[in-house]
Amino acid sequence: MTDTTVNPQALPAGFVLAPQLPEILRPVTIRRGFVGLLRGHPTVAIGGTLLLLLVLIAIFAPYLGTVDPTALAPAKRTRAPSALYWFGTDVLGRDIYSRVLFGARVSLTVGLSVAIFASAAGLAIGIVSGFIRWADGILMRFMDGLMSIPPILLAIALMALTRGSVGNVILAITVAEIPRVSRLVRSVVLSLREQPYVDAAVACGTRTPMIILRHILPNTLAPMLIQATYICASAMITEAILSFIGAGTPPTIPSWGNIMAEGRALWQVKPYIVFFPAAFLSVTVLAVNLLGDGLRDALDPRMAKSL
Amino acid sequence: MALLEVENLQTHFRTPSGINRAVEGVSFHVNEGETLAIVGESGCGKSVTSMSLMRLIPEPPGRIAGSIRFAGKDLLQMSDREMRAIRGNDISMIFQEPMTSLNPVLTVGRQIRETLMIHQGLDKQAAEAHAIEMLILVGIPEPKRRVREYPHQLSGGMRQRVMIAIALACNPKLLIADEPTTALDVTIQAQILKLMLDLKHRVGAAIILITHDLGVVAEIAERVMVMYAGRKVEEAPVAELFRSPRHPYTQGLLGAVPRLGSSLTGTARRLAEIPGQVPDLRKPIVGCVFAGRCALATDLCRQYAPGLEEKGPRHVAACHYAAKGAVAA
Amino acid sequence: MSPPLLQVNDLKKHFPVKKGLFSRKSEWVYAVDGVSFEIARGETLSLVGESGCGKSTVGRAILRLFDITSGQVILDGQRIDDAHPSTMRQMRRRVQVVFQDPFSSLNPRMRVRDILAEPIRNFGLAKSAIDLETRVTALMDTVRLPREALNRRPHEFSGGQRQRIGIARALAAEPELIVCDEAVSALDVSVKAQIVNLLQDLQREFGLALLFISHDLAIVEHMTHRVAVMYLGKIVEVAPRYEIFAAPKHPYTKALLSAVPLPEPGAQRNPIILKGDVPSPINPPSGCRFHTRCPLVFDRCRTEEPTLRAAGPEQWVACHLEEGAAVASG
Repeated sequence: MTDTTVNPQALPAGFVLAPQLPEILRPVTIRRGFVGLLRGHPTVAIGGTLLLLLVLIAIFAPYLGTVDPTALAPAKRTRAPSALYWFGTDVLGRDIYSRVLFGARVSLTVGLSVAIFASAAGLAIGIVSGFIRWADGILMRFMDGLMSIPPILLAIALMALTRGSVGNVILAITVAEIPRVSRLVRSVVLSLREQPYVDAAVACGTRTPMIILRHILPNTLAPMLIQATYICASAMITEAILSFIGAGTPPTIPSWGNIMAEGRALWQVKPYIVFFPAAFLSVTVLAVNLLGDGLRDALDPRMAKSL
Repeated sequence: MALLEVENLQTHFRTPSGINRAVEGVSFHVNEGETLAIVGESGCGKSVTSMSLMRLIPEPPGRIAGSIRFAGKDLLQMSDREMRAIRGNDISMIFQEPMTSLNPVLTVGRQIRETLMIHQGLDKQAAEAHAIEMLILVGIPEPKRRVREYPHQLSGGMRQRVMIAIALACNPKLLIADEPTTALDVTIQAQILKLMLDLKHRVGAAIILITHDLGVVAEIAERVMVMYAGRKVEEAPVAELFRSPRHPYTQGLLGAVPRLGSSLTGTARRLAEIPGQVPDLRKPIVGCVFAGRCALATDLCRQYAPGLEEKGPRHVAACHYAAKGAVAA
Repeated sequence: MSPPLLQVNDLKKHFPVKKGLFSRKSEWVYAVDGVSFEIARGETLSLVGESGCGKSTVGRAILRLFDITSGQVILDGQRIDDAHPSTMRQMRRRVQVVFQDPFSSLNPRMRVRDILAEPIRNFGLAKSAIDLETRVTALMDTVRLPREALNRRPHEFSGGQRQRIGIARALAAEPELIVCDEAVSALDVSVKAQIVNLLQDLQREFGLALLFISHDLAIVEHMTHRVAVMYLGKIVEVAPRYEIFAAPKHPYTKALLSAVPLPEPGAQRNPIILKGDVPSPINPPSGCRFHTRCPLVFDRCRTEEPTLRAAGPEQWVACHLEEGAAVASG
């Protein structure tokens, strides 16, 4: 009100001035930068920050006061957390703090790789079946078949066929995740094809490959990105489960699932062996899911309802 | 005394990009049994006004201020419980899209019955009988069969009739109809308008009709209030408003609508355009809200927001120049 | 007389609808069921009717957004309903479209510049990059949008401005015919007037033919040269503007016109209130499709389907009563 004060005397006689009205809401201050992001999309800000922190931990694991995570020290087995061994040591005397930090590398690599590969494959399959009717029937029945097997069982079965390695874990989980992505992409593509701007592009003489590239693909990226975060989270859990039951990364590589598997037998007496990797796994999955939820709200409010 | 008296109604919303002043200082009244039309284009605040009357604005992010006196009591001072007793009972509402305002998993009969059982305390049999009476009232054939049907089994026109039946079930004193015929085809719209005219005489409820269709206004309203950018810019009895609109916005609006039959009488002409766009309601507006699009606007308009002035019998308009122009002419 | 720009002969489009989850058998929606008309160069033909009458399907069939069930669509003497994709691409330039919804008819991720350049590039209309730029800026001037807006994306514009972009995109291909599919229906009154005036100016300036698909009869009367009234997939009456609005012959046309509320309080009008709703196009009524709602229905209407017959110099009506009238007067 202060900057718009008018002096009623200045209005010539015979003119009526509208009544002055009070402000009924506190003024909105539009903030930019991190504070603005935190206020506008708190989940993105919190999830993103947590995830960034974990990525930094994974990258700089060797410089964060860790020792060789595979170094055995039979004399110092199952020590409780202390100033020397922050998270304690496991049955073979290895430093759990170092193992958990290096384990972040495995989890994040698997999560990120599966998200990228499954999205790329799902995008291709979804677009093909959204555009080619005869391929749609075949591909979608195949995907139905894959979806009828629980993803974990499918991943275990695939791992049974190969050697345990990070690469094979990524491959197995990717195959298990593809059906869900391709179904999503297909439904997005089918609804985009109904959009008037696609019809207008057809009328403008745009060829089908260009229609896909220019009008369909860019508009599937937002829902894809959201789905990718959920895949990333679920891939990290699946990896941990596979490693936990001994069907995942080889025991020589410290991954959160492996650490928990090794601590399983002792978990009632030495719970910290299981606790720290489990806590890291939960926080990482939570961070990724927060980021996904936030992105969903931020990118498209309408899509938020349909997902 | 008027049935409904609204004074300086303000409905604002907090948005990340600023406060949206959707309704800013709107005052009006509705007498018993009277039909008031609120006219304006999308975003003018007419629907927000009606939602504010029912207190259906989520707070936060919204906030309602001013006073809404219904039968002497201020609705804005009431508790949520008192308000629930008024909604659907003393004041009821019809929406534009009957498919989304009816519950798809309940039969039509059950939906009418529930209103009656909640507000009037009728038992199931009495409510059922009354529901069938209501369906007869709104002209639904075979009401005994229809009460057991679900909304998706009815056509758009039938669904709107059911909505009207639910709205009228408790004998409301005030009915708010928000674009009741906009989603309907023209022949169905004619049926519903005829029904509303019939019911107006038979039921005697006051009606607030919210619409952008000037033809519908001319058909059933007695008094018209024109809104622009969250403000009331003009109000007059319907014949007076169409015959001599005073506010430049109302004049522009009437000139922008082609008349059916104009090609026959040779009165066809280029449609009047209102240049420019509606101002952004998230920014404070100094002076007249319409100044940016108005041909008559002067520096005075851009500096001082006009108040509502008496321009004729029961005719007010918020324009510094309207009356003077009319007197000179 | 030169041949018509567009000729549609006995156009039919039936859509399958799956009956159940497992059933192979499907029912058909008779969306358009035998529609014929012509549009001359520079002429506006309006297709009017209520929702589900098939008017938009006719427009989309002409644009060949799908293959038709039977019939012919002939553009300037050449059939386009069965044209080979390569010939079709060149024919597409000549027929463009403006859609109803200004929000979904523009790709939200493209800049206005790219939206307008798309048809110009596709049809190889620009000789050079400079020519492309000249054309794109000229289009902005034509639809009265500021040139600076070229670098913005659709969400930065209001509904009316977006519709101007949609019109500019249609003009970019230098078409001879524009299908306006409810092009002004979603707009607010004052913006609607701007777009209607713009379309009329452009038609005069470029000699465009318009197929104006609308349910708003007052706008149609303002815009059109001729009107075709559709009901349940069929044309029931075609006539020049004056005949339709002064002396409609078909009972449906009469009811449609009388149902429009006039913005004149106290106007003397006796609307013909049709009973019931439009029947489903899945199982359209036998005989005359309008017989279930017609106030003048008699026995013959229920069994025998009336065909379009001349009821005046340029007026065609599909009604048994008109046939009788023609015989009686002749």
